[in-house]
Amino acid sequence: MKRFLGFVKKEFLHIFRDVRTLIILFGIPVIQILLFGFVVSTDLKNAQIGFLDLSKDEMTQKISDKICSSGFFMRSETLLSYNDIDKVLRKSKTKAVIIFEKDFGRKLISEGKAAISIITDGSEPNMATLITNYVTAIVTDFNRELAGTQAAGTLLVQPEVRMFYNPSLKGHYMFVPGVITLIMILICALMTSVTITREKEFGTMEVLLVSPLKPVQIILGKVMPYFLLSFINIIMILLLSWLVFGLPVKGSLVLLLAESMLYILMSLSLGILISTKSKTMQQAIFISFVGLMLPTILLSGFIFPIENMPSGYGEVAALMPPQYFITIIKNIMIKGTGFMYVWKETLILIAFTVAFIGLSIRNFKIRL
Amino acid sequence: MTRNTVISVRNLVKKFGSFTANDNLSFEVYEGEIFGFLGANGAGKTTALRILSGLSAPTSGEVIVAGYNAKKQPEQIKKNIGYMCQKFSLYEDLTVKENIMLYGGIYGIKRALIRERTDLLLDKLNFREYGDRLISDLPLGLRQKLAFSVAVLHEPKIVFLDEPTGGVDPITRRQFWEMIYEAAGRGITVFVTTHYMDEAEYCDRISIMSEGKIVALDTPANLKKQYNAASVDEVFVKIARPGG
Repeated sequence: MKRFLGFVKKEFLHIFRDVRTLIILFGIPVIQILLFGFVVSTDLKNAQIGFLDLSKDEMTQKISDKICSSGFFMRSETLLSYNDIDKVLRKSKTKAVIIFEKDFGRKLISEGKAAISIITDGSEPNMATLITNYVTAIVTDFNRELAGTQAAGTLLVQPEVRMFYNPSLKGHYMFVPGVITLIMILICALMTSVTITREKEFGTMEVLLVSPLKPVQIILGKVMPYFLLSFINIIMILLLSWLVFGLPVKGSLVLLLAESMLYILMSLSLGILISTKSKTMQQAIFISFVGLMLPTILLSGFIFPIENMPSGYGEVAALMPPQYFITIIKNIMIKGTGFMYVWKETLILIAFTVAFIGLSIRNFKIRL
Repeated sequence: MTRNTVISVRNLVKKFGSFTANDNLSFEVYEGEIFGFLGANGAGKTTALRILSGLSAPTSGEVIVAGYNAKKQPEQIKKNIGYMCQKFSLYEDLTVKENIMLYGGIYGIKRALIRERTDLLLDKLNFREYGDRLISDLPLGLRQKLAFSVAVLHEPKIVFLDEPTGGVDPITRRQFWEMIYEAAGRGITVFVTTHYMDEAEYCDRISIMSEGKIVALDTPANLKKQYNAASVDEVFVKIARPGG
């Protein structure tokens, strides 16, 4: 046991002395989470919009206040004429311009209708669609309030759409589980396969194998530090997504951490399997990146739903372990369900782990 | 002279599929001896070395190393031998002391004893100021000497050296051999493979392998007499490339 602990300590020294390893271990997860969380975010927050108010009455003031106080929009400029629109949009800080027609308030009261135009910057189609939808919703809401106070007798039926689990359609709810899944399989599989092939390449593996350390101890000793660090990593990501994005863990935290440990274990055994198959570090890195990162992003349901894939792809995707963990983690974190709802996926992950370990042992023996 | 046998090999055969890497080897190595293991690349030296050090199992034959059977008790053998391979065997991102501590720990030496031996070793090599330096900062010659010292740190019965002086300058090689002599003087048996024929002259006895077989085994002096050669190099050429 003492021999083993000394060996584990050495592995920690390797990790802490190598800046690149540290960056991959702790820098990339943080950057990924922040990147996906902020940059790829699909919700609207403080979008800059301009107002061209040709009426300047009480009604238009109310509507624009309502729009700006929603939290989705911020007033960037006040335009004076139609000629300004193009100029303002071209600066691309302002994403849309809202125009109230002349005599807006008077028409609304006397004729019962008045026109608002929304002009958006179509060079960013996603943003444009979002803005249109949000503004329309706010105006509809205003209509309803108006109808309520005026009591004109006309009953307005408003379709009410509610999203379950992600009521405000927050993008982080999608990305955080995906990023955890992606990062864990990459770090665990990549790091273990590289650290083991490094010993092979430098000739130290041979010296270790001739030593009284058993092969199992060597592998465990090399993998153990990564297990611990990956676990710390998951906790770090969960904390980060909670503190920065306010994403809570709805289900049992203990269950989530236990499932994470299983997933880490599976990724580590995959890394060991890769290392038994590769002779050089480059080879190990290549297999880990190309063989794991792309399939994980494309086929795990992280970005593209598996249900929508053409036939054949879904079957291939079924062979990719990450998707099962994504399902588990989404269930626990977002829906707050218990073990009863994820036992099938858990079993599949266990099966993958056992298979990877079995194959590694077989390969390891053949090599000697 | 009756000397204790520490390695005894009888009819060792190692096959990889249909290829026979070691073809019926038989030899003995005595305690405190420096035994040279010579042969061209692919002659089967490394295969034999791996079997002797418990890394791989023989296909047939009896191999006893340090009193243990290589087929049945490889773990016992591993505890009683030291090993240094031709590729560099210390960790470059660890310091000299950390490397010594690691290998000492792996071989089960107590921490206090490791410290004591580390001090002795650093003094002997005039290494004191290098103790806390990373291995990557040391020149190759120093690293090789250190690697050897680490391989015999746990005072093994036998130390296996697989082409230990590859790429090292002649002066360092001389110093390296002085260390080997000193270890042999303490009773450690040295089993060394080498490419350098002048080094073979330093050995007590040498064996020459060719195509999986041992074709000659004796003291350098006797071999030179037998083959009517001026040096081991000449002996080697006459044996390994007959007619060439």
